[in-house]
Amino acid sequence: MTYEELLTETALKDERIIVMTAENRALVRNIPTVLGARFVDTGITEQTMVGMAAGLALRGRVPIVHALAPFLTMRAFEFIRTDVGIAGLPVKLSGYIPGFLSDGNGPTHQSIEDVAIMRGIPGMKVYSPANEDDLVKMLPSIWASPSPAYVRINHKKGVYAHTPYQPGKAEVVAEGKDLTLLVYGFLFDNARQAVALLEKEGFSVGLVNMRSLKPVDEEAIVRAARGSGLLVTIEDHLQTGGLYSIVAEVLLRHRIGAAEVLPLALNERWFRPGLLGQVLETEGFTPEKIAERINSHLYAK
Amino acid sequence: MTNKQSAELQSTALRVREHIIRLSAGGGCFIGASLSCVEIMVYLYTHVIRRDAAHPHDPQRDYLFLSKGHDVPALYGTFVEMGWLAAERLSNHLSTQDSIYWHPNRHIPGVEFHSGSLGHLPAVAAGVALDCKLRGSQNRVVVITGDGELNEGSVWETLLVANAYGLDNLTVVVDRNQFQANIRTEELVPLEPLADKFRAFGCEVQRIDGHDYGQLKEAFDGAMRPGKGGSSIHGSGGKVKVIIADTVRGKGLPSIEARADRWFCAFSGDEVLQLLEELHGNKEAAIESETLVVR
Repeated sequence: MTYEELLTETALKDERIIVMTAENRALVRNIPTVLGARFVDTGITEQTMVGMAAGLALRGRVPIVHALAPFLTMRAFEFIRTDVGIAGLPVKLSGYIPGFLSDGNGPTHQSIEDVAIMRGIPGMKVYSPANEDDLVKMLPSIWASPSPAYVRINHKKGVYAHTPYQPGKAEVVAEGKDLTLLVYGFLFDNARQAVALLEKEGFSVGLVNMRSLKPVDEEAIVRAARGSGLLVTIEDHLQTGGLYSIVAEVLLRHRIGAAEVLPLALNERWFRPGLLGQVLETEGFTPEKIAERINSHLYAK
Repeated sequence: MTNKQSAELQSTALRVREHIIRLSAGGGCFIGASLSCVEIMVYLYTHVIRRDAAHPHDPQRDYLFLSKGHDVPALYGTFVEMGWLAAERLSNHLSTQDSIYWHPNRHIPGVEFHSGSLGHLPAVAAGVALDCKLRGSQNRVVVITGDGELNEGSVWETLLVANAYGLDNLTVVVDRNQFQANIRTEELVPLEPLADKFRAFGCEVQRIDGHDYGQLKEAFDGAMRPGKGGSSIHGSGGKVKVIIADTVRGKGLPSIEARADRWFCAFSGDEVLQLLEELHGNKEAAIESETLVVR
């Protein structure tokens, strides 16, 4: 099932749902004909779209709003925080091409701080599925919840068959004694392949698909920290405020001071724009590069 | 304008269009919105903008800001023709080893500011125009926007503020190609009567055929004449100039002109060759590549 098929099915069953977009129709190409007046395209007006979504939600609607992730989360940030956040309205934000998925667009289109800023809003939930299969497994409960939510939309096809989604829970793919990779979103598959490469080197490697970044599955993180010598956080996000920060917060809260955490993230910089494969190569996020970076960290010890 | 000047401009524009078409191969580019503003861009850089490539940071230069950054192929194509950018570098399109991708980057000489997120550069241009006023210098500041871009409220906020400060050294050129990404502007959030809207915001407005060099000359001659010099809120400053340039999205390629589904295109090598033939008035291209929907 695709994102659009799920959205169509859900919206047809639930009259409360209004599908909105700030003129980004990539995910909702066929929705206008199916939903008619319950499809609203406000043009290139992210702030107005979010404000209107809050107004619709005040009247009992559940708006599912679409735009490119950077413009949705940053252009409309204060509208999300103030109109949706303060009021705690069930507005569902679908951010398209987050992280590396903006490939050749350049820094203006790079949403690599979205997790940090969205999770900073009280009451806002933040999700990042590994691929389309994971996405359609997660969305029904996200859309059914009364909370505001931000989803890093990732509709890339994956090969891994994900387990059913339990709200707020991570998917623990494997446990490992030497190290555990904690990953979310599009990089899941590369991390999974990196695990195989590291196992060939003789390491016992765990892998966790975080899925929900807020609320985060603290138990999964704590378990990995206690059972593995090293945690590696992998994310197409700035090192500040994303998974590395989340893990640090959890470890502090549980007083696990001795855990070692290696962050693979974008440290204080935007990534070099280009075609996706080359971006991953240049930024060190192909399976081989991930394994290599972890290996050299382990051997440096 | 003499026939000779006009012919020279036309042949420059043709070469710029060739660059644009080549950039639509492989990873693709925003071809339609690039082709619509070729004459505007070529005329501005060859006849309006006073800029010395040897002194790119000269504080007395004129500024051209490209707010609709997705038409960067037209910008870089023009830079190649101006001799500011080596043609070979265009083949680095979408390589992480260069800075040539789907939106402008300031590392490319001639690019005054990055863009890509719509509705930003009118405000940045107003800031530059204000400083020129404060220093009493005679630079002119031009910003090119799209028409879909006019959806963004920040464009209109800027006009209110720029007119409050009498920024008559600021000219806004609207590439009025009638399209948002995948839909006609008038079918989504109607903009017309557009000239009236700009006038109501305090601007001095001209509306021209954006592919006609004679009209471009006349419009810029009018807009770029020296202003009142002063700047003061609610004071003696003049009005922001607006040139609405009516254009055709995809201009020069009948097979993609004014088509809603020709927004972001990634053509095959063979299709690019066909489009180059079409540009030169030969056989129309038969395009089979699907159009991606991204902004």
